[in-house]
Amino acid sequence: MATIEIQNLVKRYDDGFPAVNDVSLDIADGEFVILVGPSGCGKSTLLRMIVGLEDITEGELRIDGKRVNESAPRDRDLAMVFQNYALYPHLSVYDNIAFPMRLSKNKLPEDEIDRRVRRASSMLGLDEHLERKPGNLSGGQRQRVAMGRAIVREADAFLFDEPLSNLDAKLRGQMRTQIAQLQRRLGITSVYVTHDQTEAMTLGDRVAVLKKGRLQQVASPRELYEQPANLFVAGFIGSPSMNFLPAREENGHLRTPIGDLTAPEHVLEAARGRDLVLLGVRPEHFEDLEFVDEALLPHGTELAVTPTHTEWLGNEQYGYIDYEKDPEVGEVLDELARDLDQDEIPPQVVVTLSSASRIRGGIESRIWVDTRKVHVFDVATGENLTRDEEKGAELTRRAAEDRQREIETAAALED
Amino acid sequence: MKGMTTRQKVGWSVITIVVLVYTLGPLVSILMTSFKASGDLTTGRFLPTRFVLDNYEQIFAGSARDLFLPALRNSIGITLIATVVAVVLATLCAYAIARLDFPGKRLVLVSALGVSMFPVISIVTPLFNLWRTIGLYDTWPGLIIPYLSLTLPISIYTLAAYFQQIPWDLERAAQVDGATSFEAFRKVIVPLALPGVFTTAIIAFFIAWNDFVYGISLTSTSAARPVPAALAFFTGASQFEEPTGAISAAAIIVTIPIVIIVVLFQRQIVSGLTQGAVKG
Repeated sequence: MATIEIQNLVKRYDDGFPAVNDVSLDIADGEFVILVGPSGCGKSTLLRMIVGLEDITEGELRIDGKRVNESAPRDRDLAMVFQNYALYPHLSVYDNIAFPMRLSKNKLPEDEIDRRVRRASSMLGLDEHLERKPGNLSGGQRQRVAMGRAIVREADAFLFDEPLSNLDAKLRGQMRTQIAQLQRRLGITSVYVTHDQTEAMTLGDRVAVLKKGRLQQVASPRELYEQPANLFVAGFIGSPSMNFLPAREENGHLRTPIGDLTAPEHVLEAARGRDLVLLGVRPEHFEDLEFVDEALLPHGTELAVTPTHTEWLGNEQYGYIDYEKDPEVGEVLDELARDLDQDEIPPQVVVTLSSASRIRGGIESRIWVDTRKVHVFDVATGENLTRDEEKGAELTRRAAEDRQREIETAAALED
Repeated sequence: MKGMTTRQKVGWSVITIVVLVYTLGPLVSILMTSFKASGDLTTGRFLPTRFVLDNYEQIFAGSARDLFLPALRNSIGITLIATVVAVVLATLCAYAIARLDFPGKRLVLVSALGVSMFPVISIVTPLFNLWRTIGLYDTWPGLIIPYLSLTLPISIYTLAAYFQQIPWDLERAAQVDGATSFEAFRKVIVPLALPGVFTTAIIAFFIAWNDFVYGISLTSTSAARPVPAALAFFTGASQFEEPTGAISAAAIIVTIPIVIIVVLFQRQIVSGLTQGAVKG
């Protein structure tokens, strides 16, 4: 068990490129923290700096209050699961799991090794595979062996480097659940790197979003989703992603390419005095007008739109509405698309509709948007002008409480 | 041979047979000669008229015994030591080249290549003088050292290529698991590199075993003279008799260790040992 304190860490390569730039993050004992971001954002580098496989250019890294900048990986007492599993192909599953305990550093007697290997293997469902070689195992099994090797050490913390990215979608879901339960059960500090936001949202107590080596926001998944700090976080978290509409404040209304919106005062306030802002609206804040509760109607705006097409998914459906591109925000959105690893952000609004809705492509229809929940972003800086710090902090505080309860419940079950 | 037409099969078979005859023909010829009696040697026939073991008797118990047996002992000893030393040194060196970034890395590689390209015959005379002066002439180390200069470069190259194929993450994993650099090397890298090590060992063994120039130039007595050099000193039963039979028998005998080594090590040279280490 340990805390990990990251203070102003910088990783600069020989050519001067900063892969990790001034990142600070405190990870509490037993906390599950996710590092997330598009490829090349420095999340894996940061993880490797924590474990000691990359040198730290500047800043300080403390594990349990002790500076470890200069320690070799083996002296940091951390366990890591690699993206490609990195199993020892010449050893059986049993010997792979036992490997760390047979090294001179943490040498244990054979009967203790055996006890721990068996416990880990039963926890991970590897009992029938102990004598097999990694080459004969499926991807999911190899993944579990890698986890087993990390568990038996009883190290101070777990580090995961995109451990599920090589598995197929179904297995990924299963392993995700397994990792979440295991972490709760062992109550061990964990840092998990991923580019998959579903993993980030479901596993993390707190999620750290990185862009080009810089930390954008660290918060509970809910805070990230509901109170994003900037355009990048808003665009990165959520699927389908948040819609960004150019908007101008005019006489108490927001003029957007899909129509004029009435909005609550705090939204108008944020947009006022600026020539142009970007309005962020999540798809689920739209609805087919027919399915909106009478009581909710005053909190939003009705719009007449003609979707290009709809996609029915069973539990809901998506409608796609094209709009005229605004050249003034084109550059901002293009840059955002690049940051998010996408080709472009098309001038298109994605709306979530009830699965019973009969809105179809090509027909003018009436939809409704909940304007209480929209965010206003500054075009130049990308800053979220409607972010409610207090509310966001409250969400993260609640997530921390929930986690504490979960750990206690898990501990009670164990006894 | 799936997916081949009959024509292709026939074509390949013919090529294989031609190559086999070409490479094995001389060997079989030597084998047959070694069974010929001395009067039989000049008949010009391929098969001996009568199979006799005279020649083998001669090199193991007869007149050539004192020449051949010490030479065989020297060859085995010197070659084995040279091979082991070359493989151990090359393993460490190749690992450093494959994994570490150190100043002079290119220099090591280039000079290794340069040494292996240097014609043996041009250094043998200065070496002869030097060895005589410092007392290495006609000793085992006097041959082992030049053999290392022949075997090390190729061993380093082969092994470096092999090490580069081993995923680096395995070592990183071992380090995170708590292994020292040496433990990671010994417990993870060496076992995985074993096929490469064995391949290298065989190559190094061949090179040292087959050397003639150093063997004949840097030795003068049976104290260190290896078999290829000793063969040149074989004489016939009389002045008028060629020692062809005895030489053939000795040639066959010295081929046996090579065959044994290849058969022994072949099992170790299995590819795909790293399968399952990483996703791929």
